[in-house]
Amino acid sequence: MDEKLKAELSKQGIFTTSLQELYNWGRKSSIWPLNFGLACCAIEMIATTMARYDLARFGAEVFRPSPRQADLMIVAGTVTKKMAPQVVRLYNQMPEPKYVISMGACAISGGPFKQGYNVLKGIDRFIPVDVYIPGCPPRPEALIDAFLMLQKKIDEQQLTGKDRPRHLTAGEASEFIVPLFGAHDLEPTQNPAVWRPPLVQISKAGTDGSGND
Amino acid sequence: MDLETIKSTLEANVPDCRLEVIVNPSPSGQHSLLVDAEHAFAVASFLRSSAGFNYCSNVTGIDWPAKELSEKVKVKKIVDGVETEIDEVSKTMIPGCLEVVYHLFSMSEKIGPLPLRMRTQDRAEGVHLPSLTPVWRSAELQEREVFDLFGVVFDGHPDLRRLLMWDEFEDHPMRRDYVNPDDYEYEPTAHDDVLQRANQHRSTVGER
Repeated sequence: MDEKLKAELSKQGIFTTSLQELYNWGRKSSIWPLNFGLACCAIEMIATTMARYDLARFGAEVFRPSPRQADLMIVAGTVTKKMAPQVVRLYNQMPEPKYVISMGACAISGGPFKQGYNVLKGIDRFIPVDVYIPGCPPRPEALIDAFLMLQKKIDEQQLTGKDRPRHLTAGEASEFIVPLFGAHDLEPTQNPAVWRPPLVQISKAGTDGSGND
Repeated sequence: MDLETIKSTLEANVPDCRLEVIVNPSPSGQHSLLVDAEHAFAVASFLRSSAGFNYCSNVTGIDWPAKELSEKVKVKKIVDGVETEIDEVSKTMIPGCLEVVYHLFSMSEKIGPLPLRMRTQDRAEGVHLPSLTPVWRSAELQEREVFDLFGVVFDGHPDLRRLLMWDEFEDHPMRRDYVNPDDYEYEPTAHDDVLQRANQHRSTVGER
């Protein structure tokens, strides 16, 4: 719909909208996070929901203890290799549309434990991540910022066309590989459909498909 | 009660036990008592029941890999009819072992810590040690951790399973010769050891 006409109509007291706007507005205003934390970032996540920072102002006050009722997974903390299959399984159990915020250095890359034998080097190796927040741990303001960023992302989603989100395409996978416990490491160590190693040498950019989303 | 007194009391009460005081030369001077594996349980029971050591605060492991010790010895030899002193290097292999350390305290006598050590025969097959969990219940989880990370098998432990790693895991990550898995495909700020491993990964997997 023409934006000018819409503005003109609203001046006359006529409210117009499209199904897409209404749908996105409804979804972005009622994102229910999954009630789960892994490490110290979870403490900041809890602080964000409490009275001082009050995440409820943005429609996310209902932390659900069951993945079946949740829209958003906040991966708050260190994902150990022993915990990684359970995180992926929880994500698989969430109904579409579902979103992931990777909170803190550990959930992004392993953080200070990156070179450890027992820590997954980023949850994005197994599930698609929408917003990353760096920090160790990120402050509640950072989580709120990530939340607003996610709302913006949802608001811009197209319901039709080739840019439409995953859950609106019939054949797209909504479940991802749950890694198995191997003799030395997780098997597989990453899901190539979700994550490929980004380019380390920038000069080689464009010569192959690696690192391109 | 100093360590020598404890040692002589133990020797008098636990027959045939072989004890050794390991002197710590550092300023802390925390000397410890090495006990042989066969008599460790009897020694521990005596320490708990009669010497008052009723609290075990900590159990941890140490890995001693086999190492080569080279010593220079001056030997007198006759070279070209003249007696001269020649340095000769003698090499001896010190076999490796795994060690478990218990920190014991007496709450009633207010003494401690008494570090009690046990050593396995080697690092491969003879990694069995008696579990002291029946003596000090607080050792249960920590012995499981030592089993998990060092691979010491505690005979007599009520529930010897891996504690931190998953059951299917086969390695013992705290051993000195543990090689962590080759997942160095993305190291944006690699340096030192990590850079080496990242380059190694790149050369095996292919240049990126």
